[in-house]
Amino acid sequence: MRNYVIRRVLYCVAVVFGVLLLTFLLFTVVGGDISVEIAGEGASRETIEEIREEYGLNKPLFLSVDSQFVSHFKSTVTFDFGRARDRELVIDKIKRGVGPSLSLTAPIFFGTAAIAVSLSLVIAFVRGSAWDVAAVVVCTAGMSIPYLGFILLGQYFLAYKWGLFPVFFSPDLTTAQNVALPVLIGIAAGLGGNVRFYRTVMLDEMRSNYVRTAFAKGLSVRGVLFGHVLKNAMIPIITRMAMSVPFLFLGSLLLERFFGIPGVGHLMVQAIAARDYNVVSAMTYIGAILFVVFNLIADICYAAVDPRLSVE
Amino acid sequence: MVCLGVVMLYFLLAGFVSLAEFFDWPIGPTRWAEEVGPSYAPPSLQNILGTDIFGQSVFRKTLYGARISITVALCASLLSIVIGVPLGAVAGYFRGFVDDVVVWVYSTLGSVPYVLLILAFAVVLRDKTLFGHRLTGITAAYLAIGLTSWVGICRLIRGEVIKHKDREYVLAAVSYGCSRYRIIVRHLMPNVLHLVIVDFSLRFVAFVHAEVILSFLGLGESDRPSWGTMINDARMELSRGVWWQMAAATAAVFVFSLALNVFGDALRDSLDPKLGGFNKT
Repeated sequence: MRNYVIRRVLYCVAVVFGVLLLTFLLFTVVGGDISVEIAGEGASRETIEEIREEYGLNKPLFLSVDSQFVSHFKSTVTFDFGRARDRELVIDKIKRGVGPSLSLTAPIFFGTAAIAVSLSLVIAFVRGSAWDVAAVVVCTAGMSIPYLGFILLGQYFLAYKWGLFPVFFSPDLTTAQNVALPVLIGIAAGLGGNVRFYRTVMLDEMRSNYVRTAFAKGLSVRGVLFGHVLKNAMIPIITRMAMSVPFLFLGSLLLERFFGIPGVGHLMVQAIAARDYNVVSAMTYIGAILFVVFNLIADICYAAVDPRLSVE
Repeated sequence: MVCLGVVMLYFLLAGFVSLAEFFDWPIGPTRWAEEVGPSYAPPSLQNILGTDIFGQSVFRKTLYGARISITVALCASLLSIVIGVPLGAVAGYFRGFVDDVVVWVYSTLGSVPYVLLILAFAVVLRDKTLFGHRLTGITAAYLAIGLTSWVGICRLIRGEVIKHKDREYVLAAVSYGCSRYRIIVRHLMPNVLHLVIVDFSLRFVAFVHAEVILSFLGLGESDRPSWGTMINDARMELSRGVWWQMAAATAAVFVFSLALNVFGDALRDSLDPKLGGFNKT
Protein backbone atom coordinates (compact mmCIF):
# COMPACT_ATOMS: atom_id res chain seq x y z
CA MET A 1 0.00 0.00 0.00
CA ARG A 2 2.75 2.46 0.94
CA ASN A 3 4.74 1.62 -2.15
CA TYR A 4 1.65 2.09 -4.25
CA VAL A 5 1.04 5.56 -2.83
CA ILE A 6 4.67 6.57 -3.30
CA ARG A 7 4.62 5.34 -6.88
CA ARG A 8 1.44 7.27 -7.61
CA VAL A 9 2.85 10.46 -6.07
CA LEU A 10 6.07 10.20 -8.07
CA TYR A 11 4.04 9.68 -11.20
CA CYS A 12 2.05 12.83 -10.42
CA VAL A 13 5.27 14.80 -10.07
CA ALA A 14 6.25 13.65 -13.55
CA VAL A 15 2.90 14.72 -14.95
CA VAL A 16 3.03 18.11 -13.24
CA PHE A 17 6.46 18.63 -14.74
CA GLY A 18 4.99 17.69 -18.10
CA VAL A 19 2.25 20.27 -17.70
CA LEU A 20 4.86 22.91 -16.85
CA LEU A 21 6.76 22.01 -19.97
CA LEU A 22 3.54 22.08 -21.99
CA THR A 23 2.49 25.54 -20.84
CA PHE A 24 6.01 26.78 -21.43
CA LEU A 25 6.21 25.34 -24.93
CA LEU A 26 2.77 26.55 -25.78
CA PHE A 27 2.87 30.07 -24.45
CA THR A 28 6.52 31.00 -24.62
CA VAL A 29 8.01 29.01 -27.47
CA VAL A 30 5.02 28.77 -29.82
CA GLY A 31 3.24 31.85 -28.52
CA GLY A 32 6.41 33.81 -29.05
CA ASP A 33 7.41 37.33 -28.30
CA ILE A 34 4.38 39.29 -27.19
CA SER A 35 6.22 42.46 -26.24
CA VAL A 36 5.14 44.26 -29.39
CA GLU A 37 1.53 43.36 -28.74
CA ILE A 38 1.70 44.54 -25.13
CA ALA A 39 3.36 47.80 -26.06
CA GLY A 40 0.64 48.53 -28.57
CA GLU A 41 0.98 50.05 -31.98
CA GLY A 42 3.52 52.75 -32.58
CA ALA A 43 5.49 52.13 -29.41
CA SER A 44 9.13 53.14 -29.41
CA ARG A 45 11.98 50.66 -29.48
CA GLU A 46 12.90 51.53 -25.90
CA THR A 47 9.42 50.71 -24.59
CA ILE A 48 9.50 47.35 -26.31
CA GLU A 49 12.94 46.64 -24.93
CA GLU A 50 11.76 47.54 -21.43
CA ILE A 51 8.83 45.17 -21.71
CA ARG A 52 11.06 42.43 -23.02
CA GLU A 53 13.32 43.01 -20.04
CA GLU A 54 10.44 42.96 -17.55
CA TYR A 55 8.94 39.75 -18.94
CA GLY A 56 12.37 38.22 -19.35
CA LEU A 57 11.79 37.72 -23.06
CA ASN A 58 15.37 38.63 -23.92
CA LYS A 59 16.81 35.69 -22.01
CA PRO A 60 17.72 32.34 -23.59
CA LEU A 61 14.84 29.83 -23.76
CA PHE A 62 16.32 26.69 -22.21
CA LEU A 63 20.06 26.33 -21.82
CA SER A 64 21.06 28.75 -19.12
CA VAL A 65 20.81 29.14 -15.35
CA ASP A 66 18.46 32.09 -15.69
CA SER A 67 16.77 30.86 -18.86
CA GLN A 68 13.12 31.53 -19.45
CA PHE A 69 12.24 27.94 -18.71
CA VAL A 70 13.90 28.02 -15.29
CA SER A 71 12.10 31.19 -14.31
CA HIS A 72 8.82 29.81 -15.65
CA PHE A 73 9.41 26.69 -13.61
CA LYS A 74 10.19 28.60 -10.42
CA SER A 75 7.34 31.04 -10.65
CA THR A 76 4.71 28.48 -11.58
CA VAL A 77 5.65 26.08 -8.82
CA THR A 78 5.27 28.90 -6.32
CA PHE A 79 1.94 29.94 -7.89
CA ASP A 80 3.31 33.31 -8.90
CA PHE A 81 1.82 33.85 -12.30
CA GLY A 82 2.90 37.41 -12.83
CA ARG A 83 0.57 40.19 -13.81
CA ALA A 84 -2.26 40.30 -16.27
CA ARG A 85 -2.43 42.90 -19.04
CA ASP A 86 -4.17 45.35 -16.73
CA ARG A 87 -1.29 45.07 -14.23
CA GLU A 88 -3.34 43.20 -11.64
CA LEU A 89 -1.75 40.07 -10.20
CA VAL A 90 -3.15 37.05 -12.01
CA ILE A 91 -3.53 35.14 -8.77
CA ASP A 92 -5.69 37.93 -7.27
CA LYS A 93 -7.95 37.90 -10.27
CA ILE A 94 -8.38 34.17 -9.99
CA LYS A 95 -9.05 34.31 -6.25
CA ARG A 96 -11.75 36.88 -6.83
CA GLY A 97 -13.43 34.69 -9.40
CA VAL A 98 -13.48 31.46 -7.43
CA GLY A 99 -16.40 32.45 -5.18
CA PRO A 100 -18.93 33.28 -7.90
CA SER A 101 -17.76 30.31 -9.96
CA LEU A 102 -18.24 27.89 -7.09
CA SER A 103 -21.70 29.24 -6.31
CA LEU A 104 -22.59 28.33 -9.88
CA THR A 105 -20.73 25.07 -10.40
CA ALA A 106 -21.16 23.40 -7.01
CA PRO A 107 -24.98 23.17 -7.31
CA ILE A 108 -24.61 22.01 -10.92
CA PHE A 109 -22.09 19.38 -9.89
CA PHE A 110 -24.05 17.91 -7.00
CA GLY A 111 -27.42 18.39 -8.67
CA THR A 112 -26.35 16.58 -11.83
CA ALA A 113 -24.69 13.77 -9.88
CA ALA A 114 -27.67 13.22 -7.55
CA ILE A 115 -30.29 13.34 -10.29
CA ALA A 116 -28.27 11.32 -12.80
CA VAL A 117 -27.36 8.57 -10.34
CA SER A 118 -30.87 8.11 -8.99
CA LEU A 119 -32.44 8.30 -12.44
CA SER A 120 -30.01 5.78 -13.85
CA LEU A 121 -30.71 3.45 -10.93
CA VAL A 122 -34.41 3.53 -11.73
CA ILE A 123 -33.77 3.11 -15.45
CA ALA A 124 -31.46 0.18 -14.83
CA PHE A 125 -34.20 -1.43 -12.79
CA VAL A 126 -36.76 -1.18 -15.59
CA ARG A 127 -34.19 -2.15 -18.24
CA GLY A 128 -35.50 -3.41 -21.52
CA SER A 129 -38.93 -1.86 -21.02
CA ALA A 130 -40.43 0.94 -23.03
CA TRP A 131 -39.41 3.37 -20.28
CA ASP A 132 -35.81 2.35 -20.69
CA VAL A 133 -35.92 2.87 -24.45
CA ALA A 134 -37.60 6.22 -24.00
CA ALA A 135 -35.01 7.32 -21.46
CA VAL A 136 -32.12 6.37 -23.73
CA VAL A 137 -33.72 8.20 -26.65
CA VAL A 138 -34.26 11.33 -24.56
CA CYS A 139 -30.69 11.19 -23.23
CA THR A 140 -29.21 10.78 -26.70
CA ALA A 141 -31.30 13.67 -27.94
CA GLY A 142 -30.13 15.75 -24.98
CA MET A 143 -26.52 14.93 -25.75
CA SER A 144 -27.00 16.08 -29.33
CA ILE A 145 -28.20 19.60 -28.57
CA PRO A 146 -25.22 21.95 -28.55
CA TYR A 147 -24.51 23.48 -25.17
CA LEU A 148 -25.04 26.96 -26.56
CA GLY A 149 -28.49 25.90 -27.69
CA PHE A 150 -29.44 25.03 -24.12
CA ILE A 151 -28.15 28.34 -22.82
CA LEU A 152 -29.67 30.56 -25.48
CA LEU A 153 -33.07 28.91 -25.46
CA GLY A 154 -33.15 28.80 -21.65
CA GLN A 155 -32.15 32.41 -21.33
CA TYR A 156 -34.55 33.51 -24.02
CA PHE A 157 -37.65 31.66 -22.91
CA LEU A 158 -37.33 31.27 -19.15
CA ALA A 159 -35.74 34.61 -18.36
CA TYR A 160 -36.52 37.00 -21.18
CA LYS A 161 -39.91 35.88 -22.46
CA TRP A 162 -41.54 34.52 -19.34
CA GLY A 163 -39.59 36.56 -16.78
CA LEU A 164 -39.18 33.68 -14.34
CA PHE A 165 -35.53 34.49 -13.65
CA PRO A 166 -33.27 37.51 -13.98
CA VAL A 167 -31.79 37.69 -17.49
CA PHE A 168 -28.43 38.90 -16.30
CA PHE A 169 -26.29 38.82 -13.19
CA SER A 170 -26.79 41.84 -10.97
CA PRO A 171 -25.06 42.51 -7.66
CA ASP A 172 -28.33 43.66 -6.04
CA LEU A 173 -29.94 40.25 -6.16
CA THR A 174 -29.12 37.38 -3.84
CA THR A 175 -26.74 34.72 -5.09
CA ALA A 176 -29.52 32.17 -5.21
CA GLN A 177 -31.62 34.36 -7.50
CA ASN A 178 -28.66 35.06 -9.70
CA VAL A 179 -27.49 31.53 -10.26
CA ALA A 180 -30.86 29.75 -10.30
CA LEU A 181 -31.32 29.76 -14.05
CA PRO A 182 -27.68 29.03 -15.01
CA VAL A 183 -27.69 26.13 -12.57
CA LEU A 184 -30.90 24.80 -14.07
CA ILE A 185 -29.46 25.04 -17.58
CA GLY A 186 -26.19 23.46 -16.51
CA ILE A 187 -27.96 20.49 -14.97
CA ALA A 188 -30.27 20.05 -17.94
CA ALA A 189 -27.37 20.14 -20.38
CA GLY A 190 -25.24 17.65 -18.46
CA LEU A 191 -27.98 15.19 -17.65
CA GLY A 192 -28.13 13.30 -20.95
CA GLY A 193 -24.52 12.15 -21.06
CA ASN A 194 -24.36 11.44 -17.34
CA VAL A 195 -27.52 9.37 -17.16
CA ARG A 196 -26.34 7.27 -20.08
CA PHE A 197 -22.95 6.72 -18.48
CA TYR A 198 -24.37 5.77 -15.08
CA ARG A 199 -27.00 3.57 -16.70
CA THR A 200 -24.24 1.48 -18.29
CA VAL A 201 -22.47 1.26 -14.93
CA MET A 202 -25.65 0.24 -13.12
CA LEU A 203 -26.55 -2.35 -15.76
CA ASP A 204 -23.15 -3.97 -15.33
CA GLU A 205 -23.87 -4.32 -11.65
CA MET A 206 -27.48 -5.42 -12.13
CA ARG A 207 -26.36 -8.46 -14.06
CA SER A 208 -24.04 -9.72 -11.34
CA ASN A 209 -24.81 -12.72 -9.25
CA TYR A 210 -24.93 -10.91 -5.95
CA VAL A 211 -27.92 -8.90 -7.13
CA ARG A 212 -29.78 -12.03 -8.11
CA THR A 213 -28.92 -13.52 -4.72
CA ALA A 214 -30.14 -10.42 -2.94
CA PHE A 215 -33.47 -10.56 -4.76
CA ALA A 216 -33.70 -14.29 -4.13
CA LYS A 217 -33.24 -13.68 -0.43
CA GLY A 218 -36.41 -11.65 -0.63
CA LEU A 219 -34.92 -8.22 -0.05
CA SER A 220 -37.04 -5.27 -1.08
CA VAL A 221 -36.36 -3.55 -4.37
CA ARG A 222 -35.22 -0.46 -2.57
CA GLY A 223 -32.90 -2.49 -0.35
CA VAL A 224 -31.22 -4.11 -3.31
CA LEU A 225 -30.94 -0.95 -5.39
CA PHE A 226 -29.56 1.32 -2.72
CA GLY A 227 -27.88 -1.20 -0.43
CA HIS A 228 -26.21 -3.41 -3.02
CA VAL A 229 -26.17 -2.00 -6.52
CA LEU A 230 -25.39 1.60 -5.64
CA LYS A 231 -22.65 0.62 -3.22
CA ASN A 232 -20.87 -1.50 -5.78
CA ALA A 233 -21.29 1.05 -8.53
CA MET A 234 -19.60 3.66 -6.39
CA ILE A 235 -16.11 3.23 -7.90
CA PRO A 236 -16.93 4.39 -11.43
CA ILE A 237 -19.21 7.06 -9.98
CA ILE A 238 -16.44 8.41 -7.76
CA THR A 239 -13.98 8.32 -10.66
CA ARG A 240 -16.25 10.34 -12.86
CA MET A 241 -16.94 12.82 -10.10
CA ALA A 242 -13.27 13.18 -9.14
CA MET A 243 -12.42 13.88 -12.77
CA SER A 244 -14.91 16.71 -12.94
CA VAL A 245 -13.85 18.49 -9.74
CA PRO A 246 -11.41 20.78 -11.64
CA PHE A 247 -14.37 22.10 -13.56
CA LEU A 248 -15.91 23.22 -10.29
CA PHE A 249 -13.10 25.64 -9.85
CA LEU A 250 -12.82 26.64 -13.46
CA GLY A 251 -16.46 27.50 -13.62
CA SER A 252 -18.45 27.30 -16.73
CA LEU A 253 -17.01 29.43 -19.49
CA LEU A 254 -20.19 29.72 -21.45
CA LEU A 255 -22.71 30.02 -18.63
CA GLU A 256 -20.68 32.72 -16.93
CA ARG A 257 -20.21 34.53 -20.19
CA PHE A 258 -23.91 34.54 -21.01
CA PHE A 259 -25.19 35.49 -17.59
CA GLY A 260 -22.38 37.90 -16.79
CA ILE A 261 -21.34 36.05 -13.65
CA PRO A 262 -17.94 37.45 -12.63
CA GLY A 263 -16.28 34.06 -12.10
CA VAL A 264 -13.16 32.30 -13.26
CA GLY A 265 -14.77 31.22 -16.52
CA HIS A 266 -15.61 34.81 -17.32
CA LEU A 267 -12.02 35.77 -16.56
CA MET A 268 -10.84 33.09 -18.96
CA VAL A 269 -13.10 34.34 -21.74
CA GLN A 270 -11.80 37.87 -21.26
CA ALA A 271 -8.21 36.66 -21.22
CA ILE A 272 -8.78 34.80 -24.48
CA ALA A 273 -10.25 37.86 -26.13
CA ALA A 274 -7.28 39.96 -24.94
CA ARG A 275 -4.77 37.21 -25.75
CA ASP A 276 -3.50 37.49 -22.18
CA TYR A 277 -1.13 34.53 -22.10
CA ASN A 278 -0.27 34.89 -18.43
CA VAL A 279 -3.86 34.36 -17.37
CA VAL A 280 -4.58 31.53 -19.82
CA SER A 281 -1.36 29.78 -18.88
CA ALA A 282 -2.08 30.11 -15.15
CA MET A 283 -5.58 28.70 -15.62
CA THR A 284 -4.29 25.79 -17.66
CA TYR A 285 -1.75 25.00 -14.99
CA ILE A 286 -4.17 25.26 -12.05
CA GLY A 287 -6.74 23.16 -13.87
CA ALA A 288 -4.17 20.44 -14.50
CA ILE A 289 -2.89 20.51 -10.91
CA LEU A 290 -6.41 20.09 -9.56
CA PHE A 291 -7.04 17.24 -11.95
CA VAL A 292 -3.84 15.47 -10.94
CA VAL A 293 -4.45 15.95 -7.22
CA PHE A 294 -8.03 14.70 -7.31
CA ASN A 295 -7.07 11.75 -9.44
CA LEU A 296 -4.39 10.91 -6.92
CA ILE A 297 -6.90 11.12 -4.08
CA ALA A 298 -9.33 8.93 -5.98
CA ASP A 299 -6.60 6.38 -6.73
CA ILE A 300 -5.57 6.22 -3.09
CA CYS A 301 -9.20 5.85 -2.05
CA TYR A 302 -9.62 2.84 -4.34
CA ALA A 303 -6.48 1.25 -3.02
CA ALA A 304 -7.83 1.70 0.49
CA VAL A 305 -11.19 0.18 -0.49
CA ASP A 306 -9.99 -2.51 -2.88
CA PRO A 307 -6.68 -4.19 -1.94
CA ARG A 308 -6.42 -5.88 -5.37
CA LEU A 309 -5.58 -2.54 -6.99
CA SER A 310 -2.41 -1.75 -5.07
CA VAL A 311 -0.77 -5.00 -6.15
CA GLU A 312 -0.95 -4.31 -9.87
CA MET B 1 -29.93 2.88 -41.27
CA VAL B 2 -31.88 6.12 -41.34
CA CYS B 3 -29.16 7.64 -39.23
CA LEU B 4 -26.44 6.45 -41.56
CA GLY B 5 -28.45 8.03 -44.36
CA VAL B 6 -28.67 11.33 -42.52
CA VAL B 7 -24.95 11.30 -41.76
CA MET B 8 -24.12 10.49 -45.37
CA LEU B 9 -26.42 13.26 -46.51
CA TYR B 10 -24.58 15.79 -44.37
CA PHE B 11 -21.22 14.61 -45.62
CA LEU B 12 -22.38 14.67 -49.23
CA LEU B 13 -23.71 18.15 -48.71
CA ALA B 14 -20.43 19.31 -47.20
CA GLY B 15 -18.45 17.66 -50.00
CA PHE B 16 -20.70 19.06 -52.68
CA VAL B 17 -20.47 22.58 -51.29
CA SER B 18 -16.67 22.42 -51.15
CA LEU B 19 -16.56 21.12 -54.71
CA ALA B 20 -18.93 23.83 -55.83
CA GLU B 21 -16.81 26.42 -54.14
CA PHE B 22 -13.68 25.02 -55.70
CA PHE B 23 -15.05 25.03 -59.23
CA ASP B 24 -17.09 28.15 -58.66
CA TRP B 25 -20.44 26.62 -59.56
CA PRO B 26 -23.25 29.11 -59.19
CA ILE B 27 -25.42 27.28 -56.64
CA GLY B 28 -27.16 28.67 -53.57
CA PRO B 29 -24.87 27.81 -50.69
CA THR B 30 -21.70 29.17 -52.28
CA ARG B 31 -23.45 32.46 -52.88
CA TRP B 32 -24.45 32.81 -49.24
CA ALA B 33 -23.13 36.38 -49.13
CA GLU B 34 -25.70 37.57 -51.64
CA GLU B 35 -28.51 39.79 -50.42
CA VAL B 36 -31.75 37.98 -51.06
CA GLY B 37 -34.21 40.08 -49.11
CA PRO B 38 -34.68 42.71 -46.46
CA SER B 39 -32.83 42.52 -43.15
CA TYR B 40 -34.41 40.11 -40.66
CA ALA B 41 -37.16 38.87 -42.94
CA PRO B 42 -39.03 36.06 -41.17
CA PRO B 43 -39.24 32.65 -42.82
CA SER B 44 -41.45 32.69 -45.89
CA LEU B 45 -41.91 30.80 -49.12
CA GLN B 46 -39.30 32.96 -50.76
CA ASN B 47 -36.65 32.56 -48.08
CA ILE B 48 -37.34 29.27 -46.41
CA LEU B 49 -35.49 30.09 -43.21
CA GLY B 50 -35.66 33.87 -43.32
CA THR B 51 -32.77 36.29 -43.60
CA ASP B 52 -30.16 37.66 -41.23
CA ILE B 53 -29.11 41.22 -40.49
CA PHE B 54 -27.51 41.69 -43.91
CA GLY B 55 -30.45 40.17 -45.73
CA GLN B 56 -28.50 36.99 -46.43
CA SER B 57 -30.42 33.76 -46.68
CA VAL B 58 -30.22 31.77 -43.46
CA PHE B 59 -30.94 28.60 -45.40
CA ARG B 60 -27.89 29.08 -47.61
CA LYS B 61 -25.77 29.95 -44.62
CA THR B 62 -26.86 26.79 -42.82
CA LEU B 63 -25.92 24.66 -45.82
CA TYR B 64 -22.61 26.42 -46.16
CA GLY B 65 -22.04 26.12 -42.42
CA ALA B 66 -22.22 22.34 -42.82
CA ARG B 67 -19.14 22.55 -44.99
CA ILE B 68 -17.14 24.59 -42.48
CA SER B 69 -18.20 22.65 -39.41
CA ILE B 70 -17.73 19.24 -41.00
CA THR B 71 -14.38 20.25 -42.47
CA VAL B 72 -13.15 21.25 -39.04
CA ALA B 73 -14.41 18.05 -37.41
CA LEU B 74 -13.05 15.88 -40.24
CA CYS B 75 -9.60 17.45 -40.25
CA ALA B 76 -9.44 17.27 -36.46
CA SER B 77 -10.44 13.59 -36.57
CA LEU B 78 -7.86 12.74 -39.21
CA LEU B 79 -5.18 14.62 -37.33
CA SER B 80 -5.87 12.85 -34.06
CA ILE B 81 -6.02 9.44 -35.78
CA VAL B 82 -2.74 10.12 -37.52
CA ILE B 83 -1.08 11.05 -34.22
CA GLY B 84 -2.90 8.74 -31.84
CA VAL B 85 -3.08 5.41 -33.64
CA PRO B 86 0.62 4.92 -34.50
CA LEU B 87 1.75 6.19 -31.10
CA GLY B 88 -0.67 3.90 -29.30
CA ALA B 89 0.32 0.90 -31.42
CA VAL B 90 4.04 1.48 -30.99
CA ALA B 91 3.72 2.07 -27.24
CA GLY B 92 1.58 -1.01 -26.77
CA TYR B 93 3.80 -3.25 -28.89
CA PHE B 94 7.25 -2.25 -27.70
CA ARG B 95 6.41 -1.34 -24.09
CA GLY B 96 9.44 -0.35 -22.03
CA PHE B 97 10.92 3.10 -22.49
CA VAL B 98 8.87 4.03 -25.57
CA ASP B 99 5.70 3.14 -23.71
CA ASP B 100 6.73 5.20 -20.70
CA VAL B 101 7.36 8.26 -22.82
CA VAL B 102 4.10 7.96 -24.75
CA VAL B 103 2.10 7.39 -21.56
CA TRP B 104 3.79 10.36 -19.95
CA VAL B 105 2.97 12.61 -22.89
CA TYR B 106 -0.66 11.61 -23.03
CA SER B 107 -1.12 11.72 -19.26
CA THR B 108 0.24 15.24 -19.31
CA LEU B 109 -2.12 16.33 -22.07
CA GLY B 110 -4.94 14.39 -20.48
CA SER B 111 -4.53 16.07 -17.13
CA VAL B 112 -5.41 19.50 -18.46
CA PRO B 113 -9.19 19.88 -18.57
CA TYR B 114 -10.22 19.34 -22.18
CA VAL B 115 -11.93 22.65 -22.88
CA LEU B 116 -9.04 24.60 -21.37
CA LEU B 117 -6.53 22.72 -23.44
CA ILE B 118 -8.36 23.32 -26.70
CA LEU B 119 -8.76 26.99 -25.85
CA ALA B 120 -5.10 27.34 -24.90
CA PHE B 121 -4.01 25.76 -28.17
CA ALA B 122 -6.47 27.81 -30.16
CA VAL B 123 -5.40 31.09 -28.55
CA VAL B 124 -1.74 30.44 -29.16
CA LEU B 125 -2.06 29.00 -32.66
CA ARG B 126 -4.34 31.69 -33.97
CA ASP B 127 -2.66 34.07 -36.40
CA LYS B 128 0.65 32.24 -36.12
CA THR B 129 2.66 31.59 -39.22
CA LEU B 130 3.55 27.96 -39.74
CA PHE B 131 5.60 26.86 -42.74
CA GLY B 132 4.68 30.06 -44.50
CA HIS B 133 0.94 29.66 -43.93
CA ARG B 134 -0.98 31.96 -41.68
CA LEU B 135 -3.17 29.92 -39.40
CA THR B 136 -6.50 31.62 -39.61
CA GLY B 137 -9.98 30.63 -38.59
CA ILE B 138 -10.71 27.01 -39.22
CA THR B 139 -7.10 25.90 -39.57
CA ALA B 140 -6.28 27.03 -36.05
CA ALA B 141 -9.54 25.51 -34.84
CA TYR B 142 -8.95 22.02 -36.21
CA LEU B 143 -5.28 22.06 -35.30
CA ALA B 144 -6.25 22.91 -31.72
CA ILE B 145 -8.91 20.20 -31.58
CA GLY B 146 -6.79 17.60 -33.37
CA LEU B 147 -3.60 18.16 -31.40
CA THR B 148 -5.46 17.79 -28.13
CA SER B 149 -7.84 14.92 -28.82
CA TRP B 150 -5.52 12.14 -29.89
CA VAL B 151 -5.12 11.16 -26.23
CA GLY B 152 -8.31 9.09 -26.03
CA ILE B 153 -7.68 7.10 -29.19
CA CYS B 154 -4.02 6.56 -28.30
CA ARG B 155 -4.94 5.16 -24.89
CA LEU B 156 -7.56 2.90 -26.46
CA ILE B 157 -5.25 1.52 -29.16
CA ARG B 158 -2.40 0.99 -26.71
CA GLY B 159 -4.65 -1.05 -24.42
CA GLU B 160 -5.96 -3.16 -27.30
CA VAL B 161 -2.50 -3.80 -28.73
CA ILE B 162 -1.24 -4.93 -25.34
CA LYS B 163 -4.16 -7.35 -25.18
CA HIS B 164 -3.56 -8.66 -28.71
CA LYS B 165 0.22 -8.94 -28.83
CA ASP B 166 0.32 -12.26 -26.98
CA ARG B 167 -2.44 -13.86 -29.03
CA GLU B 168 -1.60 -16.87 -31.20
CA TYR B 169 -1.87 -15.09 -34.52
CA VAL B 170 0.73 -12.54 -33.50
CA LEU B 171 3.02 -15.24 -32.14
CA ALA B 172 2.59 -17.14 -35.40
CA ALA B 173 3.55 -14.06 -37.36
CA VAL B 174 6.62 -13.62 -35.16
CA SER B 175 7.64 -17.23 -35.72
CA TYR B 176 7.33 -16.79 -39.48
CA GLY B 177 9.94 -14.08 -39.12
CA CYS B 178 7.72 -11.13 -39.97
CA SER B 179 9.29 -7.78 -39.27
CA ARG B 180 7.93 -5.78 -36.35
CA TYR B 181 6.66 -3.15 -38.72
CA ARG B 182 4.75 -5.78 -40.68
CA ILE B 183 3.29 -7.29 -37.55
CA ILE B 184 1.99 -3.96 -36.35
CA VAL B 185 0.66 -2.76 -39.68
CA ARG B 186 -0.58 -6.00 -41.26
CA HIS B 187 -1.57 -8.09 -38.27
CA LEU B 188 -2.36 -5.93 -35.27
CA MET B 189 -3.89 -2.90 -36.95
CA PRO B 190 -6.70 -4.70 -38.81
CA ASN B 191 -7.74 -6.28 -35.53
CA VAL B 192 -8.06 -3.06 -33.60
CA LEU B 193 -9.20 -0.77 -36.37
CA HIS B 194 -12.90 -1.27 -35.78
CA LEU B 195 -12.43 0.47 -32.44
CA VAL B 196 -11.07 3.52 -34.21
CA ILE B 197 -14.17 3.70 -36.38
CA VAL B 198 -16.56 3.37 -33.44
CA ASP B 199 -14.62 5.81 -31.34
CA PHE B 200 -14.65 8.40 -34.05
CA SER B 201 -18.26 8.14 -34.99
CA LEU B 202 -18.94 9.10 -31.37
CA ARG B 203 -16.12 11.61 -31.06
CA PHE B 204 -17.09 13.43 -34.22
CA VAL B 205 -20.07 14.83 -32.34
CA ALA B 206 -17.79 16.29 -29.70
CA PHE B 207 -15.69 17.89 -32.44
CA VAL B 208 -18.68 19.54 -34.06
CA HIS B 209 -19.74 20.89 -30.67
CA ALA B 210 -16.17 22.04 -29.96
CA GLU B 211 -16.18 23.95 -33.23
CA VAL B 212 -19.39 25.68 -32.16
CA ILE B 213 -17.82 26.74 -28.86
CA LEU B 214 -14.55 27.88 -30.47
CA SER B 215 -16.39 29.93 -33.05
CA PHE B 216 -18.53 31.42 -30.35
CA LEU B 217 -15.46 32.53 -28.43
CA GLY B 218 -14.09 34.10 -31.58
CA LEU B 219 -11.40 31.46 -32.05
CA GLY B 220 -12.88 29.73 -35.06
CA GLU B 221 -13.99 30.79 -38.49
CA SER B 222 -14.56 34.49 -38.67
CA ASP B 223 -15.35 35.46 -42.26
CA ARG B 224 -17.53 32.64 -43.48
CA PRO B 225 -20.66 31.23 -41.86
CA SER B 226 -20.33 28.10 -39.76
CA TRP B 227 -22.90 26.73 -37.34
CA GLY B 228 -20.88 28.19 -34.47
CA THR B 229 -20.69 31.69 -35.90
CA MET B 230 -24.38 31.53 -36.79
CA ILE B 231 -25.31 30.74 -33.19
CA ASN B 232 -22.98 33.49 -32.05
CA ASP B 233 -24.63 36.01 -34.38
CA ALA B 234 -28.04 34.84 -33.28
CA ARG B 235 -27.23 35.55 -29.65
CA MET B 236 -27.98 39.24 -29.98
CA GLU B 237 -30.86 38.77 -32.39
CA LEU B 238 -32.88 36.63 -30.01
CA SER B 239 -33.88 39.59 -27.86
CA ARG B 240 -35.44 41.15 -30.95
CA GLY B 241 -37.47 38.05 -31.56
CA VAL B 242 -35.32 36.91 -34.47
CA TRP B 243 -35.22 33.20 -33.76
CA TRP B 244 -34.79 31.62 -37.18
CA GLN B 245 -31.01 31.84 -37.53
CA MET B 246 -30.57 30.39 -34.04
CA ALA B 247 -33.14 27.69 -34.70
CA ALA B 248 -31.65 26.74 -38.07
CA ALA B 249 -28.10 26.37 -36.77
CA THR B 250 -29.13 24.55 -33.60
CA ALA B 251 -31.40 22.21 -35.53
CA ALA B 252 -28.63 21.50 -38.04
CA VAL B 253 -26.20 20.58 -35.25
CA PHE B 254 -28.87 18.64 -33.38
CA VAL B 255 -29.96 16.44 -36.28
CA PHE B 256 -26.39 15.75 -37.30
CA SER B 257 -25.23 14.88 -33.77
CA LEU B 258 -28.28 12.77 -33.06
CA ALA B 259 -27.77 10.75 -36.22
CA LEU B 260 -24.07 10.31 -35.46
CA ASN B 261 -24.75 9.35 -31.85
CA VAL B 262 -27.32 6.72 -32.74
CA PHE B 263 -25.22 5.46 -35.62
CA GLY B 264 -22.12 5.24 -33.43
CA ASP B 265 -24.03 3.30 -30.79
CA ALA B 266 -25.36 0.87 -33.36
CA LEU B 267 -21.89 0.46 -34.82
CA ARG B 268 -20.44 -0.27 -31.40
CA ASP B 269 -23.13 -2.82 -30.64
CA SER B 270 -22.56 -4.70 -33.84
CA LEU B 271 -18.75 -4.54 -33.88
CA ASP B 272 -18.04 -5.13 -30.22
CA PRO B 273 -18.60 -8.79 -29.41
CA LYS B 274 -18.75 -8.11 -25.68
CA LEU B 275 -21.95 -6.18 -26.09
CA GLY B 276 -25.00 -7.33 -27.87
CA GLY B 277 -28.55 -6.18 -28.22
CA PHE B 278 -30.19 -3.18 -26.72
CA ASN B 279 -30.27 -4.46 -23.15
CA LYS B 280 -26.57 -4.48 -22.74
CA THR B 281 -25.56 -1.13 -24.10
